[in-house]
Amino acid sequence: MTEHGIGARVARKEDKRFITGHGRYTDDINVPGQAYAFFVRSPLAHARINRVDTAAATAAPGVIGVLTGADVAAAGVGGLICGWAVTGKGGAAMKAGAHPILAHQKARYVGDHVAVVVARTYTQARDAAELVEVDYAELPAVIDLATARDATSVHDEIERNTVYEWELGDQAATDAALGNAAHVTTIEITNNRLIPNAMEPRAAIGQYDVGTGQHTLYTTSQNPHVARLVISAFVGLAAEHQLRVVAPDVGGGFGSKIFIYAEECVCLWASKKLGVPIKWVAERTESFLADAHGRDHVTKASLAMDADGTFTALKVHTTANMGAYLSTFASSVPTYLYGTLLAGQYKTPAIYCEVDAVYTNTAPVDAYRGAGRPEATYLIETLVETAARETGRDPAELRRRNLIQPGDFPYQTPVALAYDTGNYEAHLDTALELADYNGFPARKAEAASRGKLRGIGLSCYIEACGLAPSQVVGSLGAGVGLWEAGKVRFSVTGKLQVFTGSHSHGQGHETTFAQVMASKLGVHYDDIEVFHGDTDQTPMGMGTYGSRSLAVGGSALANAADKIIEKGRRIAAHLLEASERDIDFANGRFTVRGTNREKTIGEVVFAAYVPHNYPEDLEPGMEETAFYDPANFTFPAGTYVCEVEVEPDTGTVEIVKFTAVDDFGKVVNPMIVEGQVHGGLAQGIGQAMLENAVYDPASGQLLTGSYMDYCMPRADDVPSFDVSTTETACTHNPLGVKGCGEAGAIGSPPALMNAIADAVGTRVSMPATPEKVWQAIHGSAVAQAAE
Amino acid sequence: MSEVSFKVNGSAVTVDVEPRTLLVDALRQNLGLTGTHVGCDTSQCGCCVIHMDGTSVKACTMLAVQAEGSAITTIEGLAQGDELHPMQAAFRDHHGLQCGFCTPGMIMSAVDLLQHNPKPTEREIREWLEGNLCRCTGYHNIVKAIQAAAGSAVSSPMAAE
Repeated sequence: MTEHGIGARVARKEDKRFITGHGRYTDDINVPGQAYAFFVRSPLAHARINRVDTAAATAAPGVIGVLTGADVAAAGVGGLICGWAVTGKGGAAMKAGAHPILAHQKARYVGDHVAVVVARTYTQARDAAELVEVDYAELPAVIDLATARDATSVHDEIERNTVYEWELGDQAATDAALGNAAHVTTIEITNNRLIPNAMEPRAAIGQYDVGTGQHTLYTTSQNPHVARLVISAFVGLAAEHQLRVVAPDVGGGFGSKIFIYAEECVCLWASKKLGVPIKWVAERTESFLADAHGRDHVTKASLAMDADGTFTALKVHTTANMGAYLSTFASSVPTYLYGTLLAGQYKTPAIYCEVDAVYTNTAPVDAYRGAGRPEATYLIETLVETAARETGRDPAELRRRNLIQPGDFPYQTPVALAYDTGNYEAHLDTALELADYNGFPARKAEAASRGKLRGIGLSCYIEACGLAPSQVVGSLGAGVGLWEAGKVRFSVTGKLQVFTGSHSHGQGHETTFAQVMASKLGVHYDDIEVFHGDTDQTPMGMGTYGSRSLAVGGSALANAADKIIEKGRRIAAHLLEASERDIDFANGRFTVRGTNREKTIGEVVFAAYVPHNYPEDLEPGMEETAFYDPANFTFPAGTYVCEVEVEPDTGTVEIVKFTAVDDFGKVVNPMIVEGQVHGGLAQGIGQAMLENAVYDPASGQLLTGSYMDYCMPRADDVPSFDVSTTETACTHNPLGVKGCGEAGAIGSPPALMNAIADAVGTRVSMPATPEKVWQAIHGSAVAQAAE
Repeated sequence: MSEVSFKVNGSAVTVDVEPRTLLVDALRQNLGLTGTHVGCDTSQCGCCVIHMDGTSVKACTMLAVQAEGSAITTIEGLAQGDELHPMQAAFRDHHGLQCGFCTPGMIMSAVDLLQHNPKPTEREIREWLEGNLCRCTGYHNIVKAIQAAAGSAVSSPMAAE
């Protein structure tokens, strides 16, 4: 390991601009002559739009134009799409309702974008928006997931509000095993709805250059190339080669900035139509209303065991809320990112999963940190813990009995995935030791002496990351390939520019990718600069989500570096008058094997650009691009242990210790990896204890539409964390890495909820508010008193 | 429109704003100091924390006209030339930031904490940060960074003015 190479704990390159106030986020960019957009949003969850009167708004001071869904329809602008066509039972096609960039004829959730006002200043646009008169005919709001399929149609042409009914696994074998089981644990469980809340609200600037015909869109995106593709090929606003999408510094995403949204499309479309660059920045209320939300499942599931505690079958039925429209990748979340993960870390031989995805009059629901995998993990780990409690077994030992063992890899699960490698018992043992699991009874007794209820909970999670092998996802309905591209460019003086199609919005690619290049090419870390986020500057790309940046984007860069080395080897062989086969490359030096004759990579690069003495038939220059398509998903896994103390008089829960042990494969920068886990843990703890997106079931109004109503984790809500790693290197990518961005949010909710259940003696639903915990304690006390 | 004069990062400035203009908008729009961010509309997130006359305030919760005659420090004015303020250095050294959006407000708030309480406990740091939201770090490394800065000589940003 070099000082700044793979494995080093290096301070981040990007930090200087952020800590000095010189970050450049979309709202920090201003284009000469820009006007401002403000969106008129539906105040009703479900309504016919009879008429939109824009006359008064159009006449207001500073207004340049007011555009409506009718204008969009008249212009023939395409709609937003869902890029993953999930095939339902019996080969049934997914039902995707039209999703225009301004609602036409019907509004389908509170916050649906009905019209846009463009004015010289932001306040003029906002003031004029209040003058747009919309004549709505209110329809019944479809909010309750359980009854949504028997309610009014959200999309008139789609029966029973059903997107798809999907299944995976062997139903007959699963039913048979359930019938023969010594014990069956059945639970009904809700995965609460969440609002992602990246700290930077979404923003966009649309710009059209009349002279060149070029369009530019600055936007808060995790995947600018995907935005360019969708906006050109489906929304149809510009040809792909005439559209530049720039996602500059982006203030967090967590999935919510993967998707292609109406507002950015409207800014781009209207900028050409009205002849001015147009800027829009979401107010936080708009973020709550109109960012894609996450999770929102209702599930019934049964786990079958034999007499010695070996799992024999798992059967799952889930209803997944898709909201009012199918967002960009929404359909894949409760299917291929959920059902396929239901084996978890266990050798359960028979699994059958059914998922019904339904429309409701709520904001679209799509991927949010973890995306499907937190739902699978929360379900499995709640079932396992409940089964242990029901059968009087130690939860850790019940898990251990059923773990896939190191000798079982590659392991084909009954739900499609093939895990390449892992050592689940290693992180289980490490976590139990770090958490002093064996010492828990004494701590529980000590807490009881103080009148506190102490509980401990485990979670053994697995995730499928490094999205994704293109042929596999293509066969499952994905509309795109999920490769990544990277370009490595030496300058004449030996400095290195690295271009990636991945996008960093907090992950630290400028540091991590530079470390990879420093190790691969022996160039000093300070002489490497990483570029991302601009479709005109970087190679093609598929962006950042699904913990894919290092595993897929980093692998592309590693392969590009290998091309550099191979070309350098030819040049070095020429300069050193040796055979290419005899040239070794290490630590930035090409050496004739067995001699001290060598050329540094700087000398070789210089020769490539000043090719006075140079191999015949070899191109000058030193710049290489590689596309990398992964052979398989990667499978990070880990064990989390949470210990809580509950105050029985108030129901408040204190997390007294949280231990996370993860296997992410090779780790490039431990400091960054730990930071990713910390953040994921806080988001998972937020889901488990604090956060809940609530719509009024009758009116469909979002009741949690601000930071005063939606409880975000604050510094005094979470503890310091004890995080560490074990390592089994990924077997199929050149860096041996698996990805670490989502693990914390996936593994933590069940560990915390299991700890609370252990403390109070019964399951509590998420979020485990003091009120619910208090009722769980005193409800059971009342029940005991009655017995 | 109203004319407002105050000092920002040591320089005297005058801006012409609508009376309803928030201080954060005057800083960002009129003065180009985009390091101060806006993350909510309800004064909850703390992305816009600056110092006014040496005390941390949320710049989204004040009108620009209320800044008349005051001395303001924004994140851009915290470092002395190339020398980072110890709190900035601590955030970098302890990975107290990821996406960077909450970071200016966090740092400005943390600097003020140490002015009030030079050796805060972990609990005191966490409670002080109640008005600053971060979605990336889980606060773990922010707390560590502030603890580290508290262990080094921390001067008031206003002391240099």
